[in-house]
Amino acid sequence: MNAIVPAGVSAAAFLDRYASRAGTNPVRDRAADMLRRAGLPRSGVEAWKYTSLRALGDVPFAAAPGTPDDAAVHAIVTGAEQAFALDGAMPRAVFVNGRFDPSRSSLPDGVSVGRFQALDEESDDEPAADVASALNAILAEDGLLLRVAPGVDAGRLLLLSVGAGADGTPISFHPRHRIELGQGAALSVLDLSVGQGAYLNNPVFDIAVGDGARLGHAKMQAEAAGAQHLAVVHAEIGAGGLYDSFTLTLGAALARHEVHVRLAAPGAVVHVNGAQLLDGRQHADLTSVITHAAPDCNSRQTVKNVLSGHARGVFQGKILVERVAQKTDGYQMNQALLLSETAEIDAKPELEIYADDVRCSHGATVGALDPDQLFYLRSRGIVEHEARAILVKAFLHDAVDLIGDEILRATLDRAVESWWNRKDA
Amino acid sequence: MPAIAETRDAVESLGQSTYKWGFETDIEMDLAPKGLNEDTIRLISRRKEEPEWLLGWRLKAFQAWQAMAEPTWAKVSHPPIDFQDAHYYAAPKKKAGPKSLDEVDPELLRTYEKLGIPLHEQALLAGVELPEGQEARAPIAVDAVFDSVSVVTTFRETLAKAGVIFCPISEAVRDHPELVRRYLGSVVPVSDNFYAALNSAVFTDGSFVYVPRGVRCPMELSTYFRINARNTGQFERTLIVVEDGASVSYLEGCTAPMRDENQLHAAVVELVAMDDASIKYSTVQNWYPGDENGRGGIYNFVTKRGACRGARSKISWTQVETGSAITWKYPSCILQGDGAVGEFYSVAVTNNHQQADTGTKMIHLGRNTRSTIIAKTISAGQSDSTYRGLVRMMPKASGARNFTQCDSLLIGDRCGAHTVPYIESRNMTAKVEHEATTSKISEDQLFYCRQRGLSEEDAVGLIVNGFCKDVLKELPMEFAVEAQKLLQISLEGSVG
Repeated sequence: MNAIVPAGVSAAAFLDRYASRAGTNPVRDRAADMLRRAGLPRSGVEAWKYTSLRALGDVPFAAAPGTPDDAAVHAIVTGAEQAFALDGAMPRAVFVNGRFDPSRSSLPDGVSVGRFQALDEESDDEPAADVASALNAILAEDGLLLRVAPGVDAGRLLLLSVGAGADGTPISFHPRHRIELGQGAALSVLDLSVGQGAYLNNPVFDIAVGDGARLGHAKMQAEAAGAQHLAVVHAEIGAGGLYDSFTLTLGAALARHEVHVRLAAPGAVVHVNGAQLLDGRQHADLTSVITHAAPDCNSRQTVKNVLSGHARGVFQGKILVERVAQKTDGYQMNQALLLSETAEIDAKPELEIYADDVRCSHGATVGALDPDQLFYLRSRGIVEHEARAILVKAFLHDAVDLIGDEILRATLDRAVESWWNRKDA
Repeated sequence: MPAIAETRDAVESLGQSTYKWGFETDIEMDLAPKGLNEDTIRLISRRKEEPEWLLGWRLKAFQAWQAMAEPTWAKVSHPPIDFQDAHYYAAPKKKAGPKSLDEVDPELLRTYEKLGIPLHEQALLAGVELPEGQEARAPIAVDAVFDSVSVVTTFRETLAKAGVIFCPISEAVRDHPELVRRYLGSVVPVSDNFYAALNSAVFTDGSFVYVPRGVRCPMELSTYFRINARNTGQFERTLIVVEDGASVSYLEGCTAPMRDENQLHAAVVELVAMDDASIKYSTVQNWYPGDENGRGGIYNFVTKRGACRGARSKISWTQVETGSAITWKYPSCILQGDGAVGEFYSVAVTNNHQQADTGTKMIHLGRNTRSTIIAKTISAGQSDSTYRGLVRMMPKASGARNFTQCDSLLIGDRCGAHTVPYIESRNMTAKVEHEATTSKISEDQLFYCRQRGLSEEDAVGLIVNGFCKDVLKELPMEFAVEAQKLLQISLEGSVG
């Protein structure tokens, strides 16, 4: 194995951790093998054209300590509750440094809840071919296994990830969650990650939405400024099912949210919407691959980037329509707003279509705030920074407004508002 | 839709007999031995009586090429190419170079006659002496390239009077070495990419155009490329330099015989536009696309790039791509001068087993630079067609503007149409807009046409032409007429 020179950045530190851990199995071995060969991608690999994981290869991330500092965790949780005005009554599953924390969690009725260990034994699946999933596969220790029985509306759930990084020794954690909705079931998940210090959060979600089921998944990534966030969602949607997802990216120095959705049966619908609000030297990447694998499916995607400082936003969205997927309706829109001279956007909206009776379109725009609109507001007596705030919020509102669940929508709206106020201050 | 299926079957049974340019000219050829090594390059250079600097330049390119790998990012697939299994030099045997048409091998002249390429200046100029049934045309100066060499260039005297240089590039190397040396490889460096490096090492001929300051080229210039010999590749090199305030319109056409084996065509085109200069470059690419089973056809791996060096310069690419088994081509503009304008208008049609991965790059460097991209993609049969385009706004490109529109039309359910735009902006005042759609021919439109008595075939032709109108109207008139016919022919056998 020493003879293999990876194509990308060496993942040696992670692989060493895998070699010394308990709980190896053939699935994980294959993932390790892939990482050993491919390494962590640097920009240049087509799927990672605009995002390099070079920075990760340089850092010897350690496993999270067994018992994190309780006071620090408490401070982070209450901070998040206040910042985002979280509803205290909402059932919640709290993960601290990637491990389930039962004392802070209260799970909803009507769902069967398990832990990742069980999943690990059951699963014979090949690890997905993407790097972030492979990294998760070799180091995952815990995660939520959530099953909603057919016909049950399980209401809302807050899935809170707390990263308590100790300064000096960066840690990494790799939770693996699985959410399964039976036929006609419903659930809304508010997926919030917060933290402090230096850490890498590498969550992977395996999602199965049954026939006619509805899953809302509103994600707010508000990691610590020094953190890295590498998330992957694999979702499969059954006939007439809906996966309504939204990803709001606010935090982390380096972030990538990667979504792979498969519309597996007729009438399946997916929304892969999102917004990035970035500042400083943040780099955030939203990559999605939506596969239409059955006729009469519908996919919708609106992604907005608001970039200031030296921030760099990346959007790579692919709609793949397989030969069988006649009558597909696919729509994809990416709009970026550059608020500074030094911000950068890289967008690659992609259509790959093999069926003829389809309607697919995509659009992309990049620009600054429209001076005419600013002038209009100024001429009505609104001061400059307020006028800018109105325009930026209106720009973002188009996307956030697409979240189906009203409570989750209101939460994300507030997050956008407070982000702007913080920036504006 | 049984009607469509029936028509499709009926036309498919006709096979690929619609490629009427597929004949072969029987002519004595001077071939270099098969294979590619330094000796081949020295031989080409010697045959062309080139100066030492050009040989050195070629060898440098060859070294770069040897260290490079074939690009794999394009959405095309083909068996590995054996670059040693081809002749890199093929020229019709001749005595001393022909000085006038009378000295050109009559077999060659007949070839171009068959292709409909006007090589007879007088007949064209007189206008009245044309044979019956032939329309009078505006004069066009033509450089005809047959396999590796240019056989004849027309209207050179008329052009010379205006100060325009239009000649085979091998001749320009001899007569205008200072110009060629200054600009050759200045837009596409020898080590730019795998195929450009290959071309730089072995290019045999092509056209050279130089339009001096303030001159509006008095007629359209045209190059007609013809691959004829077996087991050869064609590697032509075109260099167009337009000085301050000058302008030129340049047309390019190409065909090849029908053969079962694949042939390689790896051209490089470099355009340079100085202050207020304008270049319009139009291509109708009709290389042999292979038969209905995907056998044979040209591999068309082409690097085309224009540098808008001067302020307010303009480069406009228009292409109609109907031929080739594989097309890999991205005519690009580097918008350096403030206020420079780049345009790309493209129609790409694939049928049967053709694969096309084509698009453009617009690199905005200067302030207030503008670019427009209109790409229409039509896929039929079992073909795959990809639009791949890059728009990049660099930090200094304040006030730059891009508009891109890509539309794909799918005919039949066994083909693919793909759109892969790359948008990169590092300037907040630059504006980029991109939109793309994919659909099939609307039943309503088809019904409307059929109801008014048009046959299914005519209806599809009409709709496809309408779909491509934004691009076709950019072509010089004569080319537009030819392109329209070509579209219809290319799509025959795919649908009614």
